[in-house]
Amino acid sequence: MSAASETLPSVMVPVAMRLARVEKETHDTFTLTLESADGERPARFAPGQFSMLYVFGVGELPISISGNPEERDRLIYTVRSVGKATHALVTRAPGEAIGVRGPFGTSWPLADSRGRDIVIVAGGIGLAPLRPAIYHVLRHRGDYGRLLVLYGARSPQDLLFRKQLTAWNYVPDTQILITVDYGGLSWRGNVGVVTTLFRHIRLEPERTTALVCGPEIMMRYVVRELLVRGVSAEDIYLSMERNMKCAVGFCGHCQLGPYFVCKDGPVFPYSRLKAWMDRYEL
Amino acid sequence: MRKRARETADQGQAGAARRSLLLSPAALGELLAALLRRGYTVIAPTVRDGAICYEPVNGVEELPAGYTMELEAGSCRLKRRGDEALFGYVVGAKSLKNYLHPPERRVFAAERDNGLFRILPEQTERPRFAFLGVRPCDLAAAAIQDRVFLKDRYQDGEYRARREAAFVVAVHCTEPAATCFCASMGTGPRAKDGFDIALTEIVEPGRHLFVAEAGTAAGAELLAELNASEAPEELCRAAEEALERAASSMKRRLDGDGLRELLYERFEDPHWDDVARRCLCCANCTMVCPTCFCVTVEDTSDVTGRRAERWQRWDSCFTQNFSYIHGGSVRLSPKSRYRQWLTHKLAAWVDQFGTPGCVGCGRCISWCPVGIDITQEVAALREAARTRA
Repeated sequence: MSAASETLPSVMVPVAMRLARVEKETHDTFTLTLESADGERPARFAPGQFSMLYVFGVGELPISISGNPEERDRLIYTVRSVGKATHALVTRAPGEAIGVRGPFGTSWPLADSRGRDIVIVAGGIGLAPLRPAIYHVLRHRGDYGRLLVLYGARSPQDLLFRKQLTAWNYVPDTQILITVDYGGLSWRGNVGVVTTLFRHIRLEPERTTALVCGPEIMMRYVVRELLVRGVSAEDIYLSMERNMKCAVGFCGHCQLGPYFVCKDGPVFPYSRLKAWMDRYEL
Repeated sequence: MRKRARETADQGQAGAARRSLLLSPAALGELLAALLRRGYTVIAPTVRDGAICYEPVNGVEELPAGYTMELEAGSCRLKRRGDEALFGYVVGAKSLKNYLHPPERRVFAAERDNGLFRILPEQTERPRFAFLGVRPCDLAAAAIQDRVFLKDRYQDGEYRARREAAFVVAVHCTEPAATCFCASMGTGPRAKDGFDIALTEIVEPGRHLFVAEAGTAAGAELLAELNASEAPEELCRAAEEALERAASSMKRRLDGDGLRELLYERFEDPHWDDVARRCLCCANCTMVCPTCFCVTVEDTSDVTGRRAERWQRWDSCFTQNFSYIHGGSVRLSPKSRYRQWLTHKLAAWVDQFGTPGCVGCGRCISWCPVGIDITQEVAALREAARTRA
C-alpha cells in the first residue's frame, strides 16, 4: 500500500473528473457529462448504480448514473437542483472539476431478466436511474421481450429526455407511455398519475420484470397496481432513496429497516421491501 | 485482529492453561511504564472534571486510587471509597470508541490545481494506543465495531490501523454498577478474549493485589518482564468467586430472547409514544454508546476557496437532519427517532452484523439526562406485546 492509501480511507476520497457538458433538461434539471481528467477510464458501472459527486469545498451527494453503460469514456448524471449542493453541481461551468466516488450499490436485474418483458415505471427524476436500463435493453433488443416505459411527470415542462422518449417509441416491441399531473392548454397527451397508464397496456405477468423508480408514495401505488395485475413481488424492483453520507455502509444514515440503502440497495426486489415500505417514519 | 486470534490459538495449542500471575500495585506501575517505553500512548481511567474518564496517562499515580463512580439512571457521582482500589468503578462516558473511531477526523485535505483539484498527502502520525483498565463490555463493543468496520464489503483503513496497533490490558469486573447488565448480554463480568493481558483486582483489608493472565504472546512477554510470581491457588479462587458474585449481583437485565422479531412487530406499539414524551433527542446515548458508529461527512473550504477539507464526525440518529432527504426528514418525530435507535441496536443490528449492538455497559442509562433505561423500555415493550397482543 502506498503511504497515501494507508493514512487515508481511500474509498472516501473522490477522483477529480472534468465536467465536459451541461445540458438543460428542464427549468431545474440538468444532465452533466464527466470525462476523465487523467486519461484513465472511469470504472464500469451497471444500470441502477450511483456515484457520490463532490463539488470542491461545497459538499457531496449520491447521484444515480443516467448515461449509457456501453459508453466507457464518460459518466453521465441527471441532477435536479433542489438544495445547496445540487445547485452548486448544476451551475458548474464546463471544464471545471467534479469529484467522483463509486459506482456504488446494486443494479437493475437485467442479466436475470433476459427473454422477459421489461416494464419500466418512472416518476419525475426517477427516470434518470432507469435510462441506463433502457439503453441496455435497446442495445440488446433481441435478448428481451417487450419494453414498456410508463413515465409520469408533474407537467409537460418537467418531462426529461423528451426527444429520446419520442424516438424510442419507434423501436419494435417498444412502447413509451407518458402522463402528466397538469397538462395545461397545449398538452394533448395523458393527464393523471402514472398508475392511470396501466389501463393502456396489456401485461403478461408471468413474463414481466418491473423496474420502478420515483417518489416513494408513487412507488407504493405502482407496486399495488402491478400486484393486482399478477406480477409477483420477486419480479418487481424498486430503487430507494435515503440520506447518504458515505455510500459504503459506515455512516448509518441510509438505513431502511434492516438494510443499508447504499450497499444492500438502492435497487431492491419488492419481496425484500414489502415488510418495510408501508411503515411511516421507519 | 487476525494476528491476535492466531496468537491466542497458538497458546491454546501449547496446552498451557492460562498461567495466573500475582501483581502488586507497584508492579502495575511497572507494567504501565513498560507500555510507555514501548512507545504506546497509554489510555487509562483518571479523574477529570469530577468524573472518571479514559484519557492519556503517564504513570500509575494518575489512576483514580480510592475512587468509585456511582451510576444510576440519569446520574453519575464520583465518590471516595474507603480503600486504595485502582479500578473500583466500572465505566466512564468514554470507551475505546473515542480512540479507535474518534469523534472527528479529517478524511482528506485538497487544493485547487490547474482547474482540477488535488488531494494533499497526510502528514499526521497515528498514535499507537495501549488501553489499560478496559472492561469486558467495552472489549465486546470493540469486537462489534470490528465487524462493522473491518468485516464487510468496505473496510475502514484508519480504524484497522488503530485497532491492529492497540495493546489491551483488560480488567474483569468484580463490582458492577447499578446500571450494568452485561451478564444478561453474555459480555461480562469476565472478559473472554480480545485482550493482551487481563487483570482481576483484589482489594481486601490488609491486601491489595492483582491476578494477571496473558491473552496473547505479546501480553505474556510483557508480563514476563515484570518478574511476577505465580498467583497462589487461594487467590485465584478468590478472584473467581468475586467474578461469580459480580455476575449474580447484577440487578438489571435485558432479555434478548426473540427480541428482534418482537421489536419489528411492535413498530406501532403505543409505548413508543410513552418514551417519546420523555426523550429529549439530545443524542447523549448515541455518543456514549461504545458500539454506535454513525457519522456524518462535512465538506468545508477556506475563505479563498482554494483549499478544501473533508471531515468525518460522529452523528446521531436522534437528530432531525440525520434522515433528511429532499422534501423533509424521514424521521421527523422524536418517537420515530428513539424507535430507530432501539430497533437498530437490538433488532436490525442482528440482520446487519450477526449480533445485537448492545453489550450491557449501561452508559446510555446513566448519561441520559432524563434517565431513560433501555432495560426498562425493552421490558415495557415485552409487557405490551403480552397484554396488547
